[in-house]
Amino acid sequence: MADTSTNGPMMAADGTPLKQSLARALRRQKRRALLLTAPLLLFVLVSFIMPIGSMLMRSIQNTAGTDYIPDIIPNVVVALEDWDPQSGDLPSEAAFKAMAIDFKAAFKNKQHTQLGRRFNYETPGMSSLFRKSGRAISRLKIEEITDFKAEMLDVDKDWGKIEYWATIKANSGYYTGSYYMAAFDAERTIEGVQMKDPDQRIYQKLMIRTLWLSALITFCTLVIGYPVAWLLADLPLRTSNLLMILVLLPFWTSLLVRTSAWKILLQEQGVINDIWIALGFTERLSLINNQLGVVIAMTHILLPFMILPLYSVMKTIPPSYLRAAKSLGATNTTAFLRVYFPQTTPGIGAGALLVFILAVGYFITPELVGGADGTFISNRIYFQFSTLGNWGLAAALGTIMLVIVLLLYYVYDKLVGIDNVKLG
Amino acid sequence: MKLTKLMLTTTALTIAAGAVSAEMAGSMTVVSWGGAYQNSQVKAYVEPYQAMNDGLEVITDESSAEAVTKLRAMAEAGNITWDVVDVVAADAMRLCDEGLALEIDPDTMLADAPDGTKASEDFGDLIVSDCFIPQIVYSTTFGYRTDLLPEAPTSVCDIFDTEKFPGKRALEKRPIGNMEWALICDGVAIDDVYTTLETPEGVARAFAKLDTIKDSVVWWSAGAETPQLLADGEVSIGSTYNGRLFSAIAEQGQPIGMLWDWQMFDLDGWIIPANLPADREARALDFVKFATDTQRLADQAKYISYGPARASSAPLVGQHAELGIEMAPHMPTDPNNAQNTFLFNYDWWASYRDDLDAQYQAWLLQ
Repeated sequence: MADTSTNGPMMAADGTPLKQSLARALRRQKRRALLLTAPLLLFVLVSFIMPIGSMLMRSIQNTAGTDYIPDIIPNVVVALEDWDPQSGDLPSEAAFKAMAIDFKAAFKNKQHTQLGRRFNYETPGMSSLFRKSGRAISRLKIEEITDFKAEMLDVDKDWGKIEYWATIKANSGYYTGSYYMAAFDAERTIEGVQMKDPDQRIYQKLMIRTLWLSALITFCTLVIGYPVAWLLADLPLRTSNLLMILVLLPFWTSLLVRTSAWKILLQEQGVINDIWIALGFTERLSLINNQLGVVIAMTHILLPFMILPLYSVMKTIPPSYLRAAKSLGATNTTAFLRVYFPQTTPGIGAGALLVFILAVGYFITPELVGGADGTFISNRIYFQFSTLGNWGLAAALGTIMLVIVLLLYYVYDKLVGIDNVKLG
Repeated sequence: MKLTKLMLTTTALTIAAGAVSAEMAGSMTVVSWGGAYQNSQVKAYVEPYQAMNDGLEVITDESSAEAVTKLRAMAEAGNITWDVVDVVAADAMRLCDEGLALEIDPDTMLADAPDGTKASEDFGDLIVSDCFIPQIVYSTTFGYRTDLLPEAPTSVCDIFDTEKFPGKRALEKRPIGNMEWALICDGVAIDDVYTTLETPEGVARAFAKLDTIKDSVVWWSAGAETPQLLADGEVSIGSTYNGRLFSAIAEQGQPIGMLWDWQMFDLDGWIIPANLPADREARALDFVKFATDTQRLADQAKYISYGPARASSAPLVGQHAELGIEMAPHMPTDPNNAQNTFLFNYDWWASYRDDLDAQYQAWLLQ
């Protein structure tokens, strides 16, 4: 029996439909919640999302200084459109004329050396060509010249190098993939993109080393940290608090101090080696300025990040479980492996993830104790950024690292499940 | 256009403000390298200058190693916080080329020598860039432990002889200097070093020479590391800046000797960032004019063993301010020390540094 009146919308006290009134209340609540979190959101946006976005942009923008390459050499870009570097001929007279005009303008704006530096990332030698040609080209009188090619070659014979023009043509767009190419150890030659010689591939090596050493350090912190955390969780509160201070004190000490302390302890004329010699050995050990030094120092520095999540998870496991397992006939090993250990895996997951991600991005310790074979990719990124000034390549390397870590996080989530990670 | 307008506005504002007080800014940020070097600048330049200018506040910064990158970032952000920056010549050239440093006319903006010689003549060839106000000549050279080696090394090639001169070496973790020394010791004449390094075979040759000692090298990246490594006995020979070795030897009494053979000269000096507000620029110019006059440059040599950049300062170099020893024999430019030298080739390295550096890192990783 159809009775529409009883099926009509329910009304709130003020006569509006209940659904609408509820939605309004909910909206108001949502708005209030948003306002409460607004400072945090804004902070994350300004200090995290935007820098990452600008890093992503940097890695593909084809700029010299603050301007895009095609905006600095617009005439050259047009003039080189039809030129084929593989033909083996130099570009046309028009291209030389365009270069003279654009170069003059760039010189006036003090952009010619930045332009040279940008091309020098691809082909060594171009930086000095652009700098040396600066004044000479700026003095050319464009209207009076009939043979630009001859004039430019007269300024510097290197303007006759086909590979230089090929580099200019290949890097004249607004966006470029060449920073990523360099970050993957590839280079552009006249024949196309090729991988560099195996012994020249430094970024691959550094990335693999960074990931491998970080994994090793994570493993070491787990092996050392697990028993400590168990002890802390198992002892009566008063004793465990005292021991906790031993874990936390180094945690609160400056990173730089701890790293320098390791330097003094581990060096060849250092305390540990002196004891080693006093024990009767004759050969001094190389414990620092290599990978071993990095693993030792970083394992120590990152240890609290493993112990603390482990401890807080272990604290929640009632000791009666182990006792129950034993009373039911389990040996110590079985009780540990089948009852205790499975319950600590969320802590292991959290600690391992924390230590690994921190280790991958570590900078100061590898820089100070890494020597030649213990440096990380972050050290190279810093060097590109601050010393060589190649921000594009630094950004590309940073982006690749970010993607790798996100990928590993994804794989981790699939294997372990991120819901199984607990900080306490 | 926009820039000119901006500058006119700021100038107008400054003049309006300056009508009441002085036209020079009341504070100034001086950027340098820190350590004993910056200390010598504070003693020789900043403190006397402050004594002359009552109430001037001087802020010191130790970021010279990253000066180029930071000035680029400041210019991009449109907020330049530095007034006077101490940089090496290569960085001054880069900054000048990019329009980030103020161009200086030495004869009108800098002080004449006491005998009336114009500044441009007094500094001579050391003015390597239009924006660069030379201050000192320093060198990268070797120090060795006198007590750990059977005899004193006399040639830079002795660092490659681990049998006669046992112990580890400290070398800088960058190609500049090391590549030159390797080739010189492999029999390449100094004039041919850079043409050799332009070829892959030449680079391979330098690496092959460095390979002979690679296992006994500790790589440094900060100049303070070598004196520390020498003092600890970690290395028996190591390269660093000559002033650092001087303070280890003369001020700390370490058993270290100097090996001056084939020292690599480099220049260090001031630049003033471009596009400063007029009052700050006036203050910066006033300061550098004072700090680079003949007497002041000679004064700095009382605190650190770097050669003053003015010809007229050399005769005034006297004794160490605290130790009372003659400073002249410790200067890299002293004729006895400067028998075999080469100048850091800014132009060549500007072109080949990125590439060689990548190869150098790859070689280190092998």
